[in-house]
Amino acid sequence: MSTPTEHGRPDPETTTLARSSDGRPVSDRGDTVCVIGAGASGLTAVKNLAEHGFGVDCYERETGVGGAWNWRHDRSPVYASTHLISSRPFTQFPDFPMPDDWPDYPHHSRVLSYFERYADHFDLRRHIWFGTEVVRVEPVAGDRWDVSTRSTGGYGPERTSRYAAVVIANGHNWSPKLPRYDGLEEYRGEVMHASSYKDPAQLRGKRVLVVGAGNTGCDLAVEAAQQASRCWHSTRRGYWYAPKYVFGRPADQVNDTLLALRVPLRLRQWLYHRTLRLTVGDLTRFGLPEPDHRVYETHPIANSQLVYHVGHGDITPVPDVARFHAHAVELTDGRQIDPDLVVFATGYLPRFEFLDAKILGDDAGVGRPRLWLNAFVPDHPTLAVTGLVQPDSGLFPLSHWQAVLFARLLRLRATRPDRAAAFAARVSAGAGERYSGRVEDSTRHWFEVGHVDYLRALERALRDLEGK
Amino acid sequence: MTELSERTRVLRNWEWARPVRPVRREVLSATPELEEGQPPLLFVPGFGHGAWAYAEHWLGHAASRGFPAYAVSLRGHGGSASAPEADLRAYAHDVTQVAASLPRQAVLVGHGAGALVVAHALARYPARAAVLVAPVLGGWATLGAALVHHPFGTLPAVFGGGLRLHRRQLFSRELPDADARRYTARLGRAARRAQWQLLTGADPEPAVGRPPVLVLGSPDDRVVPASALTRAARRYGSAPLLFPGMGHDLMLDARWREPIDAILDWLVKAPARADRP
Repeated sequence: MSTPTEHGRPDPETTTLARSSDGRPVSDRGDTVCVIGAGASGLTAVKNLAEHGFGVDCYERETGVGGAWNWRHDRSPVYASTHLISSRPFTQFPDFPMPDDWPDYPHHSRVLSYFERYADHFDLRRHIWFGTEVVRVEPVAGDRWDVSTRSTGGYGPERTSRYAAVVIANGHNWSPKLPRYDGLEEYRGEVMHASSYKDPAQLRGKRVLVVGAGNTGCDLAVEAAQQASRCWHSTRRGYWYAPKYVFGRPADQVNDTLLALRVPLRLRQWLYHRTLRLTVGDLTRFGLPEPDHRVYETHPIANSQLVYHVGHGDITPVPDVARFHAHAVELTDGRQIDPDLVVFATGYLPRFEFLDAKILGDDAGVGRPRLWLNAFVPDHPTLAVTGLVQPDSGLFPLSHWQAVLFARLLRLRATRPDRAAAFAARVSAGAGERYSGRVEDSTRHWFEVGHVDYLRALERALRDLEGK
Repeated sequence: MTELSERTRVLRNWEWARPVRPVRREVLSATPELEEGQPPLLFVPGFGHGAWAYAEHWLGHAASRGFPAYAVSLRGHGGSASAPEADLRAYAHDVTQVAASLPRQAVLVGHGAGALVVAHALARYPARAAVLVAPVLGGWATLGAALVHHPFGTLPAVFGGGLRLHRRQLFSRELPDADARRYTARLGRAARRAQWQLLTGADPEPAVGRPPVLVLGSPDDRVVPASALTRAARRYGSAPLLFPGMGHDLMLDARWREPIDAILDWLVKAPARADRP
């Protein structure tokens, strides 16, 4: 097994020299496919492409695998207490199960060890260039791609290699999204984004305001309830706080029982509301706002403890922030509170800094590409983005199937160009399609998918592609 | 026995909603003293047998030729925890769990009905290669053959009882009687539902990763007729490798060394991934 630091360029005999458009030397990697990132989505892309017979070069800016789930990585959003919010059957790769003696919702350190075992089991590290970041990806003639890389941190020479195809798996939870507030510059208290929150000690004894009701925001509010001297939790609206367990079983497994029975959405929503009403009860009694939408219309929040701590009085629910003053925060209801630490759990934005935004159909450059199946790019049949989905369950199986579909497409380009062309037409026609019931349209929710709707569409694409 | 379905299955709501209950699993192993870069082998015993059947000869022999060798007892068998309600899915789950726990991509070797379990597991785990030894791949033909050769042992199984196999079905006459009696005394039984699924269950889904598959057996096997071997091999696009004069339990019979050497030779030749249509 090679260690991350000792690797030569794999199979150098396939490398020949060419020139880029501006005359730089380019090493031509033939039919090899380039994968950007060795996190969950990148690893499964490497594994599935190699399994389908492709040579693969994967570039990873860090020195280990696991991407976001490797807490040592400076772009990792995980904090000490991060646990999965989807249970194991929805989270594991479909062809590499997590150990069945693991808990239903494993800790992030276990998730990382799972990826490390996946990489070793399928001998993936030999494909990965660690400590190498991608600076530029440019299309060249023949649907091929020039990928320029350099050592992470920017030192050392740049080198450019030409690939038959590129898989972008650079993650979407590393570039913080910070809302603008009036007066934030003059605020004297401490301000941080949740991406730099790692350890509950950062909250201990402080008066903390947590902004945001995503899963991270709720986790942080619960930690602040236990560690901080005071905790306010600011949310823009009312949400459904789903417990991790209902009827003694992981809640997502109960939900999928209904999906397997093909219970219609409206009935599932009613059952869900009913169950929450009977178990958690009326949230407005706790001072939480009434949800202004039905369940399944926003990204689900799986948190059994938030309401509990509100009931203990350890969390004070407050509305949205109106503006900041030097020593206080003004809320939209006119109240003023005086935290000494504000944590913005306001999410992340996808970013593809190495690629011309127009290629992904993101003409405005706001990190919102126009893709089919959230993965396939109109007019660029040899480019795919994987893992750019926010499912109402685990992400990794979706990334796996995206990679499988892309690998089969690449193979059919050689053997059955007619089917590949039909697929390309489908990509152009369907770009921007959504795979869920009615959900919010925002920077947070545009790539939200229902896992069953999405996988069903992907399964159909796979069968159409193979003519079965 | 119908053709293998070729459609890839993505949605598995029932499996996600009702994951297989974990049980304690017995895994026996023999590993070479020096790591020689060979893939690990995972042996899966047939119904009634436990990992012990491989521990007798094959595990040690594979390790002596440089292959890390493991054998699992399916739930309810051997030293694994009891599981009277087990079905084929639970057995396949046991196999994929152990396979995924091995340090590297494994070769799955299934014997008897264990070959059917392996065929199901291949749809859920991209094995490096697979070997089906005297495979019982299910269907009514299996029942027919069993009834012809051993009606009184088979009939109770049809009505939910245990399947009783006679030592003359399992072993050739070359195996000393004492050994044959010792082995048959260790036989257990598979769960009722799994036995039923052997006859009526769905065909295995296509294998993921298209592993090369070797089928071998004995034309004198009194559980799996030669015609069934040919059919099984054809399913995977090859012809069976035959070892005349041996009984059904090739890993315990007197000449156990020949089939395991053939398997290891086949693996050393590094069979290529099966071609896709």
